Amino acid sequence: MEKILEAKDVLKVYENGVIANRAVSIAVEENTIHAVVGENGAGKTTLMKIIFGIEQAQDGEIFFKGEKVHIRSPRDAIRIGIGMVHQHLMLAPDLTVAENMVLGNEPLRAKLFLDTDRAGEITLQVSEEYGLQVPPNKKIKDLPIGVRQRVEILKALFRNAELLILDEPTSVLTPQETEVLFKTLKNLKKQGKTIIFISHKLNEVKQIADRVTIMRDARVIDTRDASELTEHDIAQLMVGRDISFERIPAPVTLGESLLSVRNLSYVNDEAILVLNKMSFDVRSGEILGLAGVVGNGQTELVRILTGLLQPSEGEITLRGENLIGLSPRRIREKGLCHIPEDRMEDGVAEETTLEENFILDRYYKPGFSKGLRLLWKDISQHSRELIEKFNILAQSTKTLVSALSGGNIQKVVVARELSSDPDVIIAAHPTRGIDVGSEEMVHRLLQEARDRGKAIFLASADLDEILKLSTRVIVIYNGEIAAHFQDVSKITAGDLGPYMLGVQREEAVSGKVSA
Amino acid sequence: MEKFLLKYFTLIRVIIAIGIGIVISVFLIYLTSQEPGFSLRSFLLGPFLTRSRLAHLFETASPIIFCGLAIAVAFQAKQFNIGAEGSLYLGAAVGTAFAVSTNMPAFIHVPLVLLIAGLTGALWSFIPGILKAKWKASELVSSLMLNYVAYFLGLYLINYHFRDKEAGFLVSFKLPETAWLARFIPDTRIHYGIILALVFAVLVYYFLYHTTAGYEIRSTGFNERFARFGGISVFKVIILCQVILGFLAAFGGMTEVMGIHRRFLWQSSPGYGWDGIIVAIIGRSHPLLIVPASFFLAYMRVGGRVLNLMSDVPAEMVMVIQSIIILLITAEAFLSQWKYRITVRQAERGGAA
Repeated sequence: MEKILEAKDVLKVYENGVIANRAVSIAVEENTIHAVVGENGAGKTTLMKIIFGIEQAQDGEIFFKGEKVHIRSPRDAIRIGIGMVHQHLMLAPDLTVAENMVLGNEPLRAKLFLDTDRAGEITLQVSEEYGLQVPPNKKIKDLPIGVRQRVEILKALFRNAELLILDEPTSVLTPQETEVLFKTLKNLKKQGKTIIFISHKLNEVKQIADRVTIMRDARVIDTRDASELTEHDIAQLMVGRDISFERIPAPVTLGESLLSVRNLSYVNDEAILVLNKMSFDVRSGEILGLAGVVGNGQTELVRILTGLLQPSEGEITLRGENLIGLSPRRIREKGLCHIPEDRMEDGVAEETTLEENFILDRYYKPGFSKGLRLLWKDISQHSRELIEKFNILAQSTKTLVSALSGGNIQKVVVARELSSDPDVIIAAHPTRGIDVGSEEMVHRLLQEARDRGKAIFLASADLDEILKLSTRVIVIYNGEIAAHFQDVSKITAGDLGPYMLGVQREEAVSGKVSA
Repeated sequence: MEKFLLKYFTLIRVIIAIGIGIVISVFLIYLTSQEPGFSLRSFLLGPFLTRSRLAHLFETASPIIFCGLAIAVAFQAKQFNIGAEGSLYLGAAVGTAFAVSTNMPAFIHVPLVLLIAGLTGALWSFIPGILKAKWKASELVSSLMLNYVAYFLGLYLINYHFRDKEAGFLVSFKLPETAWLARFIPDTRIHYGIILALVFAVLVYYFLYHTTAGYEIRSTGFNERFARFGGISVFKVIILCQVILGFLAAFGGMTEVMGIHRRFLWQSSPGYGWDGIIVAIIGRSHPLLIVPASFFLAYMRVGGRVLNLMSDVPAEMVMVIQSIIILLITAEAFLSQWKYRITVRQAERGGAA
């Protein structure tokens, strides 16, 4: 088959000195679905941004349909027939579907005004041509995310894209929407288009891709036919060694309930009921897993538990003491810590030193300050201990956080939070986007904390992680508890699925609380 | 070598910027002056050539240091309050009013007048602070607008209630001697204000880098969500840093009144608050760097004045030259491509090893 795209020896170094692509080469055959997989930070997105002209490579060549091309901007890429659908969609939310479709190529009336009717016609025409249904006159902001994504795909097709790049398209979709998207992609392939599909979800890759390119540490490890590889093979190539999905042993003793949530509801600014009468307990010596498709209220629940968001109704108690209405600091002082979902936004201040990050929750306490004065010597000593104990790769306590890798940054966050010796640990996606070594370490630390009698609440989008660590699991769907599994050893990801999708639901679970 | 360049990049950039600025100034002076050699000497060396000009350098630097420190405290919390000018003006006006209407021994009078001026400035700056903390009103806009209000309030206070009708100018009554800051170098106007400025630079440095409140301010500035996440009261930080800003600016303005003019004679706003922003940017909001930055700006100002007095270079061109140099230094992106290329080379080398 003809190669539609070929990139050779691409080198990309970001301004902070991070090497994102190191002599990366990839060849994509025409009329295939080509998956690019790798862990977060492996360099997949950077490579695509270079191909689409958003980033410029320092070295390397790109050939499109056999000809060498210089793509300096997305405009260049679109002109030669490359389209890209970004992870975070790039549509104007206040414009209609039709207006977004023609943006930059507007049909005009009297050479000045947008011809809205014509734009609508164009949209319908393109939409029919490719069999992708979209409502031309609806505003983007009123559409569900799956439909918005469809608009982006259509927009690229309308600009005559022959090669379509989709950057982690399924990360924002529900499983049903993913199904629809995959059907669309297969259809497009039938019509002669080529698709590059970025993902780190192995089952999706197996399901849809013809060819697979695996990236790790800014390099391409291998490119093979998807049929030659099992999910396990891909996983191994992605992380560079064998990985275990083995579950940790169940706790020996279970203690009393430390964190107790009753009838918790939350209505957001847009008057949407995000959480609906949730009740559950987290006991000493257990890990309670919260499973669910992203966007079903997990983020809000975690922020409410940690005092960063105020609930509309309900009770939260820690050892029987009320937490609602308390400031984040008071809640932390009562013995709760928080490994946040977004470590760069909440977990660290990138441009400050490690020691300044370590003392965030304790700088005002004895041992770190005396009166108003910070005791920098003691703080440095404390930081050195944490760096050693948590095996953080850093030159000194004065190293800037921004100089560390994702895994090490997460270790900084985990080190700070766990070293505050909390009773309750709220961990949100604690291993998202970090290397396997760091992931194993975080898992081990959580297990150790559990065995020391801590109560751990684990929210994660990664079902393997949930099943590996949890003692019990609750499933959240649409802000409600859809199911509750007392014994994790007997269930698989497949058992959770129907509850996560809202297909099935335990009756009266939300009201009932198991002790 | 390249590692060295990366480490001291900021310093090297400032030096190169000054160099380029001087080259452009030389060019402009040659273009506009009949006697370029003499003019250039006036501009670059002028400030050092006589005792009075040298003294002038110190006198000018002093209020700029105060305002630079004031702005720096707010900038460190990423609060873009530019109200130093208003706080300075109103604080000094109220301080003057208090000084001329009271009578007490100098050892109480001096600190009390300074304190009253500082507190006035702090109170004034509290307004944009509370507006931001409570209702998220942009402190940039509110502090800018309040500068006008402060100016006219101060002007009203002095011109209608404390004006010295016998002076022949629109100025306040002379301060009683008990409220003067002494001049400690004979035949100059260098007064204790400069000592206070240096002391405050150290104090503000200590405050920002060695106290819990300073940590809260800086953490909020680096990442507000991070600060909130860790339990820091961002509300408190926003108000605190702006109150400190107002206090420092007004305190600095008052030292100028008490040490140099000994009466309130600013019919137009003196502009030190704006100079404070410039030195805060040049000094990267670091209190100890603000001192040399302020002396540099003072040197530019004095050099400009000498050039204007002694040579045939038009006053407008003097301002153009000053502005170009300041612009070059404050331009963040200047030479960043160069730094980037070094970073890339370093990374490649590191990657190969």
